[in-house]
Amino acid sequence: MRLRGVYFAVAAGSFRRYATYRIATAAGVFTNTVFGIILAYTFTALWSERPHLGGYDQSQALTFVWTGQAILAAAALIGGGFQEELQERIRTGDVAVDLYRPVDLQMWWLSADLGRAAFHLLGRGIAPVVVGSFLFELALPVSPLAWLAFLVSVTLGVVTGFALRYLFALSAFWLLDGAGLNMLSTLLSMFFSGMLLPLTVFPGAFGEVVRALPWAATMQVPADVLLGQYEGARLSEAYTFQAVWAVVLMAAGRALQSLATRKVVVQGG
Amino acid sequence: MDEDFIVLEGLEKVFQVRRRAGRLRRERREVRAVDGISFTVRRGEMVGYIGPNGAGKSTTIKMLTGILTPSGGRLRVAGVDPSRERTRLARRIGVVFGQRTTLWWDLPLRDSYALMRRMYRIPEARFRENLERCVELLDLGGLLEVPVRQLSLGQRMRGDITAALLHDPDVLYLDEPTIGLDVVSKATVRRFLSGLNATEGTTVLLTTHDLTDIEQLCKRVMVIDEGRLMYDGELSGLHEVGESERTLVVDLERELPPIEGVDGARTVRTDGPRQWLAFPASASAAPIVSQIADGWPLVDLSVREPDIEDVIARMYGAS
Repeated sequence: MRLRGVYFAVAAGSFRRYATYRIATAAGVFTNTVFGIILAYTFTALWSERPHLGGYDQSQALTFVWTGQAILAAAALIGGGFQEELQERIRTGDVAVDLYRPVDLQMWWLSADLGRAAFHLLGRGIAPVVVGSFLFELALPVSPLAWLAFLVSVTLGVVTGFALRYLFALSAFWLLDGAGLNMLSTLLSMFFSGMLLPLTVFPGAFGEVVRALPWAATMQVPADVLLGQYEGARLSEAYTFQAVWAVVLMAAGRALQSLATRKVVVQGG
Repeated sequence: MDEDFIVLEGLEKVFQVRRRAGRLRRERREVRAVDGISFTVRRGEMVGYIGPNGAGKSTTIKMLTGILTPSGGRLRVAGVDPSRERTRLARRIGVVFGQRTTLWWDLPLRDSYALMRRMYRIPEARFRENLERCVELLDLGGLLEVPVRQLSLGQRMRGDITAALLHDPDVLYLDEPTIGLDVVSKATVRRFLSGLNATEGTTVLLTTHDLTDIEQLCKRVMVIDEGRLMYDGELSGLHEVGESERTLVVDLERELPPIEGVDGARTVRTDGPRQWLAFPASASAAPIVSQIADGWPLVDLSVREPDIEDVIARMYGAS
């Protein structure tokens, strides 16, 4: 129980750390809002031409856009989480400091990332949605339970996203420079999370595949939960989909971590 | 157990380094960073671990903390194999890497300490006591609320030393703890470390390039070069091993040709009436002085002890 206290403290510290930079937060909110407006008009054009594309009506499609903007920073869909920081620590050898502590490296960074995500959800998530709901007609739920269901899904999504990015981050132990892989990671996440276009619009086998990939758990699923696409028993299916990916990827991360710390050199004198 | 608190027996660490040898070809090369080092450290000892850059000092420390697995040999710290039981051992050791920080960069110093308290499960009273003592002795008063990124290097280092000691570690590894510090900060850190060793009985292993650290803190010194232990013993003993020489500086009445024919000494330099004569550090100066006083118009003289840096540089050079 005490050890859980450490991870909670790490999360809380990480939350405070991101909260320190108010101007950065304001700039982020502005970016999310502008990005949201651009996407919203694009989606408006698309859905006027093809109503009920992907099973959404127009207001649902617009809600999808703004939900995406709310999650974007929290789930670090286009980077900006711990990934670059951990890679830099590996590259410079500062990771040595993280390794001699009596804590687990993966849990440490997960806690830090959850603290960051909590701040980003509050600090960068709410304002764009409020602006979006003034400018467009959105289909936001009124029931507190629906919002609670959404929060659970976002949390699972953040953990899945973390687990994915942890794998990319650890690659720095072998590659040292993670820039190329990070670009790939961001690109995959932007597209396969559903941020650019809901994954439900893709037909056939391609659609089936993209909806089964782990990135779908980071944004598509939480957004659908908020839109009420999963009802009753199907909600637990959605959660299970996210949780299975989270567990599998976390386990892969642990395996890679133990390989990395056993085989690989800690850089620098 | 107290006698063999830290035990290294033929410890080795070999790295495989790949080097570009052609357009596509890569050559594999072995680097023996630590090449069969053996020593033991008693509980409560304070030992200096010195050597040139790349000698294997940091690699040794990393193996001692358990973050690197040895390629060969045997290693025990407090009876524990560090790399196998890293997390358990972590509660009993403190580490300060002078060039790195364990502190939370964007947050006040106090937040990092609160995290240490949870991480090492330090009882509240003990934590407060230790923190107060460090704050007083390391002169950290007024800095606890300052974000770490705003601290000077000296302040940050003192902050890092505090962070490493809050959980009462049995062993403290210090890797270049005074690097980049000004004279005043260095003195504060040294005074603190020697007090810590005396009052708490903390075993300290110190790597440094600043030999003043060693002279002021450590009775015992180990010198390593190219992954091998070159010397292990008292600091003063280095002079004999290093074949160091003392220097006799004599002032004559007037400028004369270099002094010759003195048994056991040779003139190494002249400047006007002043001449410098070198003789083995182990020999007595008295017979040399009397020979000179007999044969030359001597006005004044002084004896200079060998510079420890020269001694060590000579050891590196010889290896």
